[in-house]
Amino acid sequence: MSFQPVKFYQTGTFTVGNRLLAPDERSEQANPQRSNSINSGHRACQGCGEALGARYAIDAAMAESNGQLIAVNATGCLEVFSTPYPESSWQLPWIHSLFGNAPAVATGVAAAMKVKGRKEVRVVAQGGDGSTTDIGFGCLSGMFERNDDVLYICYDNQAYMNTGVQRSSATPPAARTATTMPVGPEPGNVFGQGKNLPEIAMAHGISYVATATVADLRDLEYKVRRAMGIRGARYIHLFVPCPLGWGTASHDTIRMARLAKESGMFPVFEAEHGEVTGVLKIRHKVAIEEYLKPQKRFAHLFGKHAHPEMVERLQAIADRNIRKYGLLDEGSN
Amino acid sequence: MLKQTEGSKAVAEAIALCRPEVICAYPISPQTHIVEALGEMVKSGELTPCEFINVESEFAAMSVAIGSSAAGARSYTATASQGLLFMVEAVYNASGLGLPIVMTVANRAIGAPINIWNDHSDSLSQRDSGWMQLFAETNQEAVDLHIQAFRLAEELSMPIMVCMDGFILTHAFERVDIPSQEQVDAYLPPFDPRQVLDPKEPMSIGAMVGPEAFMEVKYLAHAKQMQALELIPQLSAEFKQTFGRDSGGLVRTYRAEDAETMIVAMGSVLGTIKDVVDDMREQGHKIGVLGIVSYRPFPLKEVRAALVNCKRFLVLEKSLAVGMGGIVATDVRMAVTGTGLKGYTAIAGLGGRTISKASLQNLFLQAEQEHLEPVTFVDLDWDAVNKQLERERLNRRSGPIAENILHDKGMLSAAKFG
Repeated sequence: MSFQPVKFYQTGTFTVGNRLLAPDERSEQANPQRSNSINSGHRACQGCGEALGARYAIDAAMAESNGQLIAVNATGCLEVFSTPYPESSWQLPWIHSLFGNAPAVATGVAAAMKVKGRKEVRVVAQGGDGSTTDIGFGCLSGMFERNDDVLYICYDNQAYMNTGVQRSSATPPAARTATTMPVGPEPGNVFGQGKNLPEIAMAHGISYVATATVADLRDLEYKVRRAMGIRGARYIHLFVPCPLGWGTASHDTIRMARLAKESGMFPVFEAEHGEVTGVLKIRHKVAIEEYLKPQKRFAHLFGKHAHPEMVERLQAIADRNIRKYGLLDEGSN
Repeated sequence: MLKQTEGSKAVAEAIALCRPEVICAYPISPQTHIVEALGEMVKSGELTPCEFINVESEFAAMSVAIGSSAAGARSYTATASQGLLFMVEAVYNASGLGLPIVMTVANRAIGAPINIWNDHSDSLSQRDSGWMQLFAETNQEAVDLHIQAFRLAEELSMPIMVCMDGFILTHAFERVDIPSQEQVDAYLPPFDPRQVLDPKEPMSIGAMVGPEAFMEVKYLAHAKQMQALELIPQLSAEFKQTFGRDSGGLVRTYRAEDAETMIVAMGSVLGTIKDVVDDMREQGHKIGVLGIVSYRPFPLKEVRAALVNCKRFLVLEKSLAVGMGGIVATDVRMAVTGTGLKGYTAIAGLGGRTISKASLQNLFLQAEQEHLEPVTFVDLDWDAVNKQLERERLNRRSGPIAENILHDKGMLSAAKFG
């Protein structure tokens, strides 16, 4: 599925230097003419994965639509940190209505553009995992089912960070949040069935569904551009670590995203019309501990009162992802 | 063109004449026939260009309308009862953002107990939402008010509900004059939004606002409604010029000259009230009627002027402020502050309870003699109420209220033993 052949690894990282790529393969962020859709000066925390992801995603969408883009935002961190009155970071037309209705508002914007014959104007809706997997889930499913011409991007940081780190249906098992405290015999979030929104999106049969992380920003840009080339409902689920909510160092955001992918905890794939068409393979498989240990939200699983059985269960989830999506090349590792 | 038609169908035709660009539809009785008719018009190509969107909830209906209105499209939806309550968060959002959406409310009771019949509890629950609310007395007025509503909403850039009594108006067949497209086009110019999402001129709509500016935004919503108090009579007068009939306005009086007793009401019940007043006038009673068309903004000045010369007034309303009494009555009493007028409240017709001429005549006579309690519940079955109260006194686990009352009234016996 790769959009570019990886030519070179800088020492100790997987980052591809722009200098080594042909101009058309370079990141939109290397383009001095980029739209800077979400401009500097916003109030995101240091190391915010969502701000980084939004910057890459929306600039790529702007590039692909020749600047003819309208953004609809759900309530949440991205909305709050980007538009503190009387300022706005957004350099494109942008509307925020409510926590749970961004997909429906986007449907309305798209309908207005259609009725006015402005087919060149595209619509992107965006929200966090709370608005996407919980409160706005009905509207999202409705938008998918009608196949409205909207690209929806979920910035998944696995909890309600804006309100102070409460559990969402995207919170992983065992994780500490303000409403799943690390107390009692099974500390942290429950081992539930989970709510796999990329798969639920696929079950709607929409033309394009993809997952991505901020550790692979070229892959994100590629997927946004790909999605923008298609009409109808599309969904991108972007994994964005949150230093505040996860208890990780600000400088570890990209590392955490990479470990989520490399451990198998977050499968990176794309799907068309309900079928997986490609996966980003794990390059160097890591044990789940390597992903969990730097995060304070999992601290109760280790140390004096460790819960190795819970770590095992989390490893089993990662292993299942690896099997299910074929994340490992046969014979590697 | 005069035609014998259903209220919902007439309203759908009026909406179509207003050239809506986006219509969101979600079924809920008793508004469903309106969006069904519009859906057919869009699908057949009769109404074009227009996007008709079958949404998954009323919350989505209002949210889609927010998006389409903010993107510059004339936007319409219809709802009632539980549907209106389900969309409340978006209802407040639409007015907060200043989006001129027009919505029909086919007034219906709110459950529990679930009930599909008419009263005014639904739209009155949105009294403070920032939406204007106009109440139609007849299907002709429902048609006319919708045409005026688009004009009013778009001039002020604020949303508006046109309220028509569920079933009593929406499902009634009567003669309605449907205007021509030329007439409506002459009255209603294309939508020229005050704010619009457009890549040509990027702007942010819906930013977070703290204490430093929130009050001003809210005050402006109030100021817009104060402007509407001036605008509504103007638009009504202009409507008469174009369409040749009186429709709309803030309030309307009937046989009010020299009236000592005034009956105040909203919506279709005004027809029954006028019939009773005609009968009583024939018998020599000095009684008149004040119909309120514009519930929000509430025309304090006009209500006061209409009542100030009477001796007493009775507000008959299809709504109940639980724990207090009347909702409309409170506003009417506010309007007559300091006059010393005697005011009575009558709660009638909740959940579609028939409001009969006989009951009204009896009520009005008692009002005239000032024999009424401050709040009267018209045709309430006191036996049923007292029986349930007694049951609750005797048994801790007295059971579900509505089912007990139905049982007492014998309505469950067939189901239970049949």
